[in-house]
Amino acid sequence: MSTDGTNVRHLYVHLPFCAHRCGYCDFVTVVGRSDHHGAYVDALLLELDRERGVLADPIATVFVGGGTPTFTEPEALRRLLGALPPAAEVTVEANPETVTPELAALLREGGVTRVSLGAQTFAPRLLEVLERVAGPDDVRRAVHTLRDASFDNISLDLVYGIPGQEPSDLAHDLAEALALAPEHLSLYELEAKPGTRFTHAWGDELVRQSEAMEGYFERVVETLTAAGYRWYETANFCLEGSAAGGRDFRAHHNLGYWQGHDYLGVGVGAVSTIGRGDGTAVRRRNLPAVFRYVAALSVGADPPREIEPLEVATLREERLMLGLRLDEPLPLRAVEEAIDGEALERLVERGLIERLRADGGEALRLTNRGRFLGDAVTADLLVA
Amino acid sequence: MDQGHIRNFSIIAHIDHGKSTLADRILQLTDTVADRDMREQLLDSMDLERERGITIKAQAVRVAWKGYQLNLIDTPGHVDFTYEVSRSLQACEGAVLVVDAAQGIEAQTLANAYLAIENELEIVPVVNKIDLPSADPDGAALEVTQLLGGDPADVVRISAKTGINVDQVLDAIVERIAAPEGDLEAPARALIFDSSYDQYRGVIAFIRVVDGRFETGSALRAMALGTQFDAEELGFMSPSRVPVKELVAGEVGYVITGLKDVSALRVGDTLTTRKGAAAKEPLPGYKDVKPMVFAGLFPSDSDEYPELRDALERLKLNDAALFYEPETSRALGFGFRCGFLGLLHMEIVRERLEREFDLDLIVTAPNVAYRVLERNGDWREVHNPSEMPAELEEVEEPYIRASIIVPKEYVGTVMELNNERRGNFDQLEYLSPERVHLTYDLPLAEIVLDYYDQLKSRTRGYASFDYDLSGFQAGKLVRVDVLVGGEPVDALSLIIHREFAYDRGRLLVEKLREEIPRQMFDVPIQAAIGSRVIARETVKARRKDVLAKCYGGDISRKRKLLEKQKKGKKRMKQVGGVEVPQEAFLAVLNLDGDKKK
Repeated sequence: MSTDGTNVRHLYVHLPFCAHRCGYCDFVTVVGRSDHHGAYVDALLLELDRERGVLADPIATVFVGGGTPTFTEPEALRRLLGALPPAAEVTVEANPETVTPELAALLREGGVTRVSLGAQTFAPRLLEVLERVAGPDDVRRAVHTLRDASFDNISLDLVYGIPGQEPSDLAHDLAEALALAPEHLSLYELEAKPGTRFTHAWGDELVRQSEAMEGYFERVVETLTAAGYRWYETANFCLEGSAAGGRDFRAHHNLGYWQGHDYLGVGVGAVSTIGRGDGTAVRRRNLPAVFRYVAALSVGADPPREIEPLEVATLREERLMLGLRLDEPLPLRAVEEAIDGEALERLVERGLIERLRADGGEALRLTNRGRFLGDAVTADLLVA
Repeated sequence: MDQGHIRNFSIIAHIDHGKSTLADRILQLTDTVADRDMREQLLDSMDLERERGITIKAQAVRVAWKGYQLNLIDTPGHVDFTYEVSRSLQACEGAVLVVDAAQGIEAQTLANAYLAIENELEIVPVVNKIDLPSADPDGAALEVTQLLGGDPADVVRISAKTGINVDQVLDAIVERIAAPEGDLEAPARALIFDSSYDQYRGVIAFIRVVDGRFETGSALRAMALGTQFDAEELGFMSPSRVPVKELVAGEVGYVITGLKDVSALRVGDTLTTRKGAAAKEPLPGYKDVKPMVFAGLFPSDSDEYPELRDALERLKLNDAALFYEPETSRALGFGFRCGFLGLLHMEIVRERLEREFDLDLIVTAPNVAYRVLERNGDWREVHNPSEMPAELEEVEEPYIRASIIVPKEYVGTVMELNNERRGNFDQLEYLSPERVHLTYDLPLAEIVLDYYDQLKSRTRGYASFDYDLSGFQAGKLVRVDVLVGGEPVDALSLIIHREFAYDRGRLLVEKLREEIPRQMFDVPIQAAIGSRVIARETVKARRKDVLAKCYGGDISRKRKLLEKQKKGKKRMKQVGGVEVPQEAFLAVLNLDGDKKK
């Protein structure tokens, strides 16, 4: 799985700019500053140039995330997309209110094959809690605009567990999303991440409602699988079978993370994990400082980074942790040494894990109930 | 020194009334300790003692005052150590009774004051903290004399904190307390009132010479236990050890014995010489103190078992009353069943193990010693509920004779409490128009958990409580087992009177339901007598435990969270695949508190 640092097939590109910072967000974002977008993209392309040697030719996927990539000043965005290496899947994240026919055309021309829209919820009062700018109509219009530009792979992000969200709100959100027939859906439980404004304002409420919300995840899975979607990763669903016209609509870029492949990340805050050819790897994280990032690259230096060496055992642990999020079997041989055998037996007995044969070897897969408890199962499974 | 110039005394006081501060001032005033070397509360040498404001191990310090030799013998102040207190008092001719000028007489003072009177000690009443704005020295003095007799004008009014009138206390000790009257020519006899262990020199016994003389190097014998040794060194504390050639009748000091086993010398035993005129009669009052309260001590991390064993070995050197034997629990692994004098003793041992030896422990709920009739007609003593036969045909449990002194308005309250605890009323007497002395027979099992706390809180702290073991009596007892996830948890079994079994069982499973976190599956919790389930609760399974988002930038954070989750589990004990947190093993301790809500 791991490369030797010369044939990485997944590229992540971070565009940090946003019109507004939402209270719950803990990504690396920069508000406004459209006059700096050009300089940032220049620096980003310099970093990409410096790293080009690690990439395979061709690469498999590109993911442009943010921030709000589509908030980036159009000329800068165009320049960036034009300079990216070609790939079979090129995803760009977009906020609904930024999707205009002009933007859709720009994306298409830039080789984008897939758009991920941050819808979050269709309930106006809950959008307000999340401090989102777009309304429900913006989401619908964005989807239609993208369809008109012949995008045939659209993903919607939804959030559940919003303070004040009733079960009926959740049902309504799911129905609205399904009505738009997206090829892919990501469903995230709202996380109160430490240090965010949102946690400060709503943390207590989230704790209070946590038990009541326990069933929400189950409802999400029931509803979406009943509508013909494949629950292929803990939080991700895609059309399958005849509804998919035989295509595999899984997010192949993200699949790379979950399958333990190497990836290169460029831009502020971006993370790379690159093998060293001996089974170990290095994870580096560009520091979330835009001006230092631009300054370093403009003088031909590496951007400031944190380095985390990853030993074989650590990678194996991650492989287990990520691989069990998927609906496809995880080959046992890859993770066997990270597993506590007694715990495995116990978990199989309790119906949380199943052992099966795949590709001629033994493999593991969480049962449906096991997937709802994925973190607890994985923690239990790891050798102490 | 001739006996006419010796005074031996203790200081007795309610907790926080200033005993240790007074002792410190005495050491300074008599130049025993230079001001610059003064550490607060020098006598309480263990950290734990200083922190809790209580004295655990008695010590003796010799000071010089106006040509007199004064020996201050410190006493522990808690009911668990009544026997040690009584031995310390027996080594004295008098006691300084310290009463807080703002608080007046309090319950705990009395038990020790009465103990002093029983030992025929002269009491020098002292009212302390007269510098406090809320002080009422005259009121406090009046209260003391109403209780003990005497003239309020004779009560010394001091501030140990500032040192005001502390010299008058020393003068009063010389004037009022009798000089010792031992027979210098009689065979040598000395009372052991405390002992400690020095890793280089072995057991050090603190003694009060009653008759005759002891010389360095002489061959000695402890009369009750028969232990023999040579006096490697004799001396007194001032406050560190000062060797002398001999200790004579009336004097207080120490003997370095070279013995390597502290249990070879017991507090209360009598020392005499082996050669020449050995004493025939020991001093009265020796008791073999047996632990009556037992609990399992287990390392949280089973890898720490050897460390726990070593730590107990070392504690035992300093604490002859501590008993331990290896125990294996299905739920908690390898550990020790330990015996204690009482709950405070248990608490002190636990804290010392955790603090001085840096151990992380699980302590099971304490129980008493039981006597079980075997098929062959022999009585067997059982220290662990899980060793009890399920059907308890013939079982005896230890009883105590409880002595409770309480203001008369609380008599009803105390009777009610004692009835709840299976007590049998014995007698009631008026000590004064205000104060009543109640005696009850109570099963020891009923007081080990929280009796003392309940007594204190229900009488607003006024009750004083003391007890003596009075032997074993048959009881209608049953063993209640607890099953978690269908598996019995031996460490949670308890022996209880048949009448209370249902209530306790129900409370216990309710408590456990709160303590055991939700797992990945339903966990039934049952209480059972034999195969009969008497109470049941279920910890409902968790339905969700997974972080939604996990992409390239989240992996390290996620992995660390997982490792933390894993570590948290390691601290819990696995019982049939159920993670039981350590707090759950103490659930049984809090049952009564909850019942009152």
